[in-house]
Amino acid sequence: MKTITFSQATLEAMQEEMARDERVFVMGEDIARQGGIFGQFKGLPAQFGTGRVMDTPISETAIVGACIGAALAGMRPVADMHFADFAGVCFDEIYNQMAKIYYMFGGQKPVSMVLRAPDGLVNQAAAQHSQSLEAFFCHIPGLKVVIPSNPADAKGLLKAAIRDDNPVIYFEHKALFSMKGEVPEEEYVTPIGKAKVVREGKDVTLVSYSMTMNLAVKAADMLEKEGISVELIDLRTISPIDKETILNSVAKTSRLAIAHEAVKQGGVGAEISAIVAEEAIDCLDAPIVRVGAPFTPVPFARPLEQAYRITPDKIAAAVRGMM
Amino acid sequence: MCAMPVRKEATLPLARYDKETLKFFYETMVKIRNFELTVEKFFFDGEIPGFVHLYIGEEATATGVMANLRKTDYIQSTHRGHGHTIAKGADLKHMMAELFGKSTGSCKGKGGSMHIADFSVGMLGANGIVGGGFTMATGAALAQKMQKTDGVAVAFFGDGASNRGTFHEAANMAAAWKLPVIFLCENNQWASTTPYRTTTSVDDIADRAQGYGMPGVIVDGNDVFAVYEAAKELIERARRGEGPAILECKTYRIKGHFVGDPEMYRTKEEVQKVLEETDPIPRFEARVLKAKAMTKKELETIRTRVEKELAEALEFARTSPEPEVSALYEGLYV
Repeated sequence: MKTITFSQATLEAMQEEMARDERVFVMGEDIARQGGIFGQFKGLPAQFGTGRVMDTPISETAIVGACIGAALAGMRPVADMHFADFAGVCFDEIYNQMAKIYYMFGGQKPVSMVLRAPDGLVNQAAAQHSQSLEAFFCHIPGLKVVIPSNPADAKGLLKAAIRDDNPVIYFEHKALFSMKGEVPEEEYVTPIGKAKVVREGKDVTLVSYSMTMNLAVKAADMLEKEGISVELIDLRTISPIDKETILNSVAKTSRLAIAHEAVKQGGVGAEISAIVAEEAIDCLDAPIVRVGAPFTPVPFARPLEQAYRITPDKIAAAVRGMM
Repeated sequence: MCAMPVRKEATLPLARYDKETLKFFYETMVKIRNFELTVEKFFFDGEIPGFVHLYIGEEATATGVMANLRKTDYIQSTHRGHGHTIAKGADLKHMMAELFGKSTGSCKGKGGSMHIADFSVGMLGANGIVGGGFTMATGAALAQKMQKTDGVAVAFFGDGASNRGTFHEAANMAAAWKLPVIFLCENNQWASTTPYRTTTSVDDIADRAQGYGMPGVIVDGNDVFAVYEAAKELIERARRGEGPAILECKTYRIKGHFVGDPEMYRTKEEVQKVLEETDPIPRFEARVLKAKAMTKKELETIRTRVEKELAEALEFARTSPEPEVSALYEGLYV
């Protein structure tokens, strides 16, 4: 094991996959000369040249569209969205083209590409640079959506996403880029579609992902001290969702809480709640609890942003309330 | 660096065209026309479902362009994609079956008319979203450049689609990176039900090429020879690595926006006049016969062959099975 940052972990994933497969290339804003705004591409052009690590015009539509076209013509592109918030600019390319081409054209060619989307709250970046938009993409058949919570998964999932023949949206939380963590020395990929039971417990299942997963761990630590045993599940992939791992856990604990940074309404938590309500309501000893952001845009002022933010305390309080 | 849009006439004498090219021109145009008339009939009869947008009147454009393309070159098509698909060399049987929503269709009955595609001949798809193809064609051209082929990609689009942001983003990226992509405008005068002049800031779409530092050429889109020659020059230029271009083919949409369109926005007389004066197929016939480049008999032989091929395609489509319901979940992911 070695200890590296989330940013370095994604860089290693890119380096390994670009070395392994010459069809892999990456394009986006500020990635070649600047090295990415989170340093996640630093050194990549020196190793692979600006023919494969390409600074684009500020044209999100053209970035995603060109990657789709290149994929159809035999390449394996990675498109960097700079900020996930900007994906709205090219939403047609994402949900009408990239997601549907394989199905709509009868399986003639999959769109083998990755869309990297740095998402989530960073300090006071406000409404258009801090969003957690992942639920949109889970509503679109044909896309796979992954969302790591730590450096090891960041590397393994990015490698898996690049190798996957389907289009994959790869969310990477902006506040996680500087997070350090242990990453295996040897090569590995983290399978898409499999959640991870991070910690076993018997009283309540707590499901989370991305940045919030780290807050859920803290909440679980607090709850353990109070005698509440929490089973923690890191979803890692949110579409397709790993129903089996969730249902198995709920069958064991009889309680379900879900925590995510995105707004609660229409969120991933709503989907998980519905799955469990439909398929395992008999297992439940308490109503399902969701912890998510209030239904507002992300505010700018510090106290408002603090109120908006999910914290370990908020998660712990929600779990306590269901015991 | 870029001149004003150049208006191109056909200049080569017919004697310079080899017989194969002339046959390709005629056979392709007739194939498209008859395919579309058949589709129209079976749509009205209720056998072809969904939305259908016909290419009648614009046959010379697809034909003249595609005569310059290889199977390995890519095209992105439009809302009105049957003609492009046929001209790129797709199999009529599987095309027709797709329009009928059959399991033997080129998209296994998952796409239909608006989403017709045949990747085996480099036809990367019609598009239900007007202007959806610009950026993808640009990407296909980028791939050709990265793979160091001398292949090209052609993005077909209409005058209406030229007002989409996708056009402008793709044109800039393609020109900035000198990508081998041709933006091929079929100016058929109508953006759905709106005459393009009332909603477009320039008289000629090709004028916009100047804003992106690429050549813009205007040609009579109903003259297959003129389209062929203009496209040839720009495609060869792109193959040499000299970058993208806009070719605007002035044509006219003979039928409504979609089959069943009541066409409240124009008169029958207007359409009839265009048809009488500029229909690309009679124009071609008159020209080759006058120049003695082809005989009546040769034209007739081609028409007979097309009729036969089309009848077989129709029979194949009508007798093919519909998809099993189990196919609903097939092909969502690889």
